Amino acid sequence: MAGHKEYDAATGAETTGHVWDGDIKELNKPLPKWWLYVLYATIVWSIGYWILYPAWPLAEDYTRGMLGYSQRSVVAQEISDAKQTQAPFLQAVASKSVEEIRSDAGLMEFVRRGGAAQFANNCAPCHGSGAQGFKGYPNLNDDDWLWGGSVESIENTIRFGVRSDHASTHQGVMPRFGLDGLLDKGQISDVAEFVLSLSGKSEDAEKAERGSVVFAEQCAACHGADGKGIVEMGAPNLADAIWLYGGRKQDVVESVHGGRAGMMPAWEGRIDPTAIRMLAIYVHSLGGGE
Amino acid sequence: MQPQKSIERGVATEAAPGITRIDVDAVSSKASRSLYTSRQKIYPKLAHGTFRSVKWVVMLVTLGIYYLLPWIRWDRGPTLPDQAFLLDFANQRLYFGPIEIWAQELYFITGILVISALALFLVTALAGRMWCGYACPQTVWTDLMVVVERFWQGDRNARMRLDKAPWTFEKIWKKTATHVSWILISLATGGVLVFYFRDAPTLAMELVTGEAPLVAYVFMGIFTFSTYLLGGIAREQVCIYMCPWPRIQAAMYDSESLLVSYHGYRGEPRGPHKKGQPWENRGDCIDCKACVAVCPMGIDIRDGQQLECIQCALCIDACDDIMGKVDRPYGLISYDTFRNVEAPSGSERAPVRLLRPRVLVYSGLIALIMALMAWAWIVRSVVEISVIPDRNPLFVVLSDGGVRNGYTIKVLNKTHETRTFQLRIEGLSDFHAAIIGFDTADAPLVVEPDTLRAIKVYVSVPREAASHLDAAATPLTLTVRDLASGDTVVRETTFRSPGS
Ligand code: SF4
Ligand code: SF4
Repeated sequence: MAGHKEYDAATGAETTGHVWDGDIKELNKPLPKWWLYVLYATIVWSIGYWILYPAWPLAEDYTRGMLGYSQRSVVAQEISDAKQTQAPFLQAVASKSVEEIRSDAGLMEFVRRGGAAQFANNCAPCHGSGAQGFKGYPNLNDDDWLWGGSVESIENTIRFGVRSDHASTHQGVMPRFGLDGLLDKGQISDVAEFVLSLSGKSEDAEKAERGSVVFAEQCAACHGADGKGIVEMGAPNLADAIWLYGGRKQDVVESVHGGRAGMMPAWEGRIDPTAIRMLAIYVHSLGGGE
Repeated sequence: MQPQKSIERGVATEAAPGITRIDVDAVSSKASRSLYTSRQKIYPKLAHGTFRSVKWVVMLVTLGIYYLLPWIRWDRGPTLPDQAFLLDFANQRLYFGPIEIWAQELYFITGILVISALALFLVTALAGRMWCGYACPQTVWTDLMVVVERFWQGDRNARMRLDKAPWTFEKIWKKTATHVSWILISLATGGVLVFYFRDAPTLAMELVTGEAPLVAYVFMGIFTFSTYLLGGIAREQVCIYMCPWPRIQAAMYDSESLLVSYHGYRGEPRGPHKKGQPWENRGDCIDCKACVAVCPMGIDIRDGQQLECIQCALCIDACDDIMGKVDRPYGLISYDTFRNVEAPSGSERAPVRLLRPRVLVYSGLIALIMALMAWAWIVRSVVEISVIPDRNPLFVVLSDGGVRNGYTIKVLNKTHETRTFQLRIEGLSDFHAAIIGFDTADAPLVVEPDTLRAIKVYVSVPREAASHLDAAATPLTLTVRDLASGDTVVRETTFRSPGS
């Protein structure tokens, strides 16, 4: 722009003096001044923003801004607002009977969702995110319950745990028949064969026959004479298709030989009673509740 | 620097007997410029003629539609809004008379937008920025604001004089009246816009009593301010510097498009015409600059096609008026094609070719998308069913050796009546199905109008049958039948098992 002006031959318009490829010249189509002022205004705006809101990181702190705004406190406020909204529902869950909760579709939905969230936070590490369980950790979708599958029983199990440090915890230990020398190898193999026969999976009737005697002496006290388990003792039903530690002969032998003593923490005192209630109803609603 | 312009600058001259030569410079006139320019105020003179009349009608119709639409009622039954055109964001519905679009059908809106874009291309291919010149809200509102300005302050010359004059009482009240009127119009503009989002009569009451939601006031404020700023103050600056369309449009038209053009071969050499002088050996343009004075963009169409021109054709009206007065044929400025404008003088004027490839392509695409949308609308069901099989766990082995799969079925009833459905499950030889909360799996399923109902279905296959199932997946068919109409919706899914 300095000094001499140049005009484009074709249009007669003034050029900016910028040339590309030796012969393409840029025509001067000036920018309106107000556009420039808008640019200045945005700069002023950003400076105002720095002054009013948290902006610049410093070595140990940051500029906090005059408005005292903080995202953290906004989140805290939102959380407390959400809690306030939930309060009446939680009140209802705590005070109503299971039947009443179930018959109230809206409340039941709240309980199922709240329960699912609690489950994901507290239970999923052992039982899996879909409550599908793993070896030694029961599948909560099925209809087999060591300590009972009614809402009340489930609630109790969650509260007290199994072999936990809670005074009312469920107790029930499968003895270590092999390790402690209570049964010899042959007997263990026989009794395992008998156990498999209860669900029609035995391949050696003779061994099973021998095993039945061992079973009556050693196992029936806990698992019942018919092997169908005793809920009060947390002794599993051996006559069904569900195996917590695996249903192959080898698995059963292992269980008899080394015993089993799965455990679950007591949740009473760790999460509040209403949450435990929601968890129990949620787990019960997974499809296998009694 | 821009040449200073003022009406006192030149001695009043005549372009032809009885026709004053208007002292005006186009904002795009050739001159030395700095890199930034101050805005040159434009004082568009009122034009008279065909195109001005068309623009009055378009303004009346478009503003009429805009202001009246929210007040049209449409009976949809007791539970639904009775406003014909309503963008009900709270309930995620859009209502256009009999048409009702749900949030998940927003592709219809996408379709309308695509058609609008193509229609804009088509119009541009046919006649340049015709949309800009006649129907664009920026043009319509600016035009309206100019009408108001003219009402209070008079036409071009009076306005220029007023702006030059010192601040007297007369100037103050005229300017105040203008701005107050603009703000009232802007308020009405923003006010009507919010009526599209909430029942208009109710909202009108709420606005008066101060009970309307805050967002309504906020949006009214935003639209009042932007209408005032863009339509009243910024005007042509929006079209030249803010709108992207002028930059794109040049790619949409070709040498066959009808554009407002000055016929240089007929008009040049231009110059004032004295009474009794012959018209031979000179052009028809008497250089009266009437065309520049009426131009809302402040340009001189005689310089050729320019980015700023919105194809409003007011210059055609102005020039035809002059041609009538000096008794020369109309059409010195007219809608014409590049091909004709560049043709040598005296040569045959080529007829307009409407059926060009790009016109056909744009029209074809519009027709295609319209057909697709019509088809989508016809096959669109008023009941939507989705089946979501449980993924975690995929299946559950039960204590008796059976296998159970869980499914969530969502039934969406888009009609305004309660409907009752029945579920049927097919594909397995032996199974038991249960719906949580229902006594039997074929119990009637009542879905309230406009609601979605989710049910949880468990399908169990007993041990014996389960052992024959395919480990990967057995096909399963879920059929939901409307008990009243018999309409059925079929969904295919799978039943998973550990296999034998
Ligand atoms: S083109 Fe028409 S209106 Fe424009 S200066 Fe020439 S005669 Fe006047
Ligand atoms: S040059 Fe003519 S058509 Fe273009 S904007 Fe101006 S008056 Fe309208």
